[in-house]
Amino acid sequence: MRADPALLPLHVEGLAFAAGGVAILQDVGFCLEAGAPTLLIGPNGAGKSTLLRLLHGLLPPTSGRITWAAPPEVARARQAMVFQRPVMLRRSTLANVAFPLKLAGMSLAERRARAFAVLAEFGLAGLADRPARRLSGGEQQRVALARAAAMAPAVLFLDEPSANLDPAATRAVEDIVAAVAARGTKVVMTTHDLGQARRLAGDILFLHRGRVIEHAPAARFFAAPAAPEAAAFLKGELI
Amino acid sequence: MNRDLRPPLAARDRPGAYVAPPMSDFQASFAAALALIAAGDPALGAIVGLSLRVSLFALGLAALVGLPLGALLAVARFPGRRVVIVGLNALMGLPPVVAGLVIYLLLSRSGPFGDFGLLFTPSAMIIAQAVLIAPILASLTREVLEAMWEEYREQFLSFGVSSWRAVPTLLRDGRLALVTVMLAGFGRASAEVGAVMVVGGNIEGFTRVMTTAIALETSKGDLPLALGLGMVLMAIVLAVNGAAQVLRDRGARLAG
Repeated sequence: MRADPALLPLHVEGLAFAAGGVAILQDVGFCLEAGAPTLLIGPNGAGKSTLLRLLHGLLPPTSGRITWAAPPEVARARQAMVFQRPVMLRRSTLANVAFPLKLAGMSLAERRARAFAVLAEFGLAGLADRPARRLSGGEQQRVALARAAAMAPAVLFLDEPSANLDPAATRAVEDIVAAVAARGTKVVMTTHDLGQARRLAGDILFLHRGRVIEHAPAARFFAAPAAPEAAAFLKGELI
Repeated sequence: MNRDLRPPLAARDRPGAYVAPPMSDFQASFAAALALIAAGDPALGAIVGLSLRVSLFALGLAALVGLPLGALLAVARFPGRRVVIVGLNALMGLPPVVAGLVIYLLLSRSGPFGDFGLLFTPSAMIIAQAVLIAPILASLTREVLEAMWEEYREQFLSFGVSSWRAVPTLLRDGRLALVTVMLAGFGRASAEVGAVMVVGGNIEGFTRVMTTAIALETSKGDLPLALGLGMVLMAIVLAVNGAAQVLRDRGARLAG
């Protein structure tokens, strides 16, 4: 279950993405190291979710380079992503967690055991036999996180995993994220919740109007943001 | 009237079945029909059995082609896809006699598949009904699974599942909705008369099914038998739908 550190560092250079002639991201460059979670923050429409999808390979960049330390196909196979709205298959919770393991070529007994172990680890064992789509939103999001964690990815992308969740569910989600990160998986996530960013982040990528304006260690960023837009954003101004 | 074409009907000769207090045609026919069904007439049973066999085999055959085709259309993106979808939707309205005619031409002695000698056999009827309902199954499957794929697509892409590999998963996860799709196909097959009439020939004891028998008996004026068959047909459709509903309810509790 150890994450292989060989995927990182991740180098991104001159990355741009346009859809229908509208530039969504431009001239994005940064380098991500292994370690504590990287949080992508910025106002709505800054391009946070698009950047995650580009990094994960769900969208092809218009231009620029995304370079993992490992060959592309190895890198691709060792990533997972959890979406803002969890996608639950029409099956039991256990079968949902076991599903991607089957694709990895695990035997039925092996993947059921693994799936159950991960559910138990995150306190979700009681949900194993329930139909996944009948779970509450918070439970579904935790199951989605467990499903991603069961794949033991080296890098885990999370797109606003606790948007639309109440504080208790948000806390449960954050506990899982912290546990996954502590296991050595590099977490890269977006959030619009500054409190969450403070609680989880090792470093911050601040996006504004399709550009990365600042990339800094979390402590430094929250104490003294270098970019004026970031300072304004942290003060709650509308930028 | 050629008596030979009429199935032997025990109930027909029973006293009292027709001689009743003055009633309307419909009431008289209705009473006689009930008597026929209650008597468990073997000719009636044979007709009902063949109808079920033909329509169920046709449904199975059409599902084998229609469901995967519909699922593929739901996930595949290629130039001309919309044209294919419009074409399939148009084929949903294919008149049964036209489907029958096409199969007739293909299976007739001088046709490309004439050597198999299938014309005027139950096999020909199965093929004709399958051709009739395969587009219905494919088109409805496409619609149901496309909505599901819309929801699953990004997560599957993230799992590294290609569109092709998603097809069996979509069919499995969509099984509850696909029960309704199958019902639509079965309903169409069991209710149609044109295709089985043209390729089957309505031969007594061999290719006579409920719908062709109803058409024949009505034109001959044997309304009780026609009505009795009609009632059996509706009872079967009702029973199949009821069974499907139970299946769906049980599945919904399990799959959510």
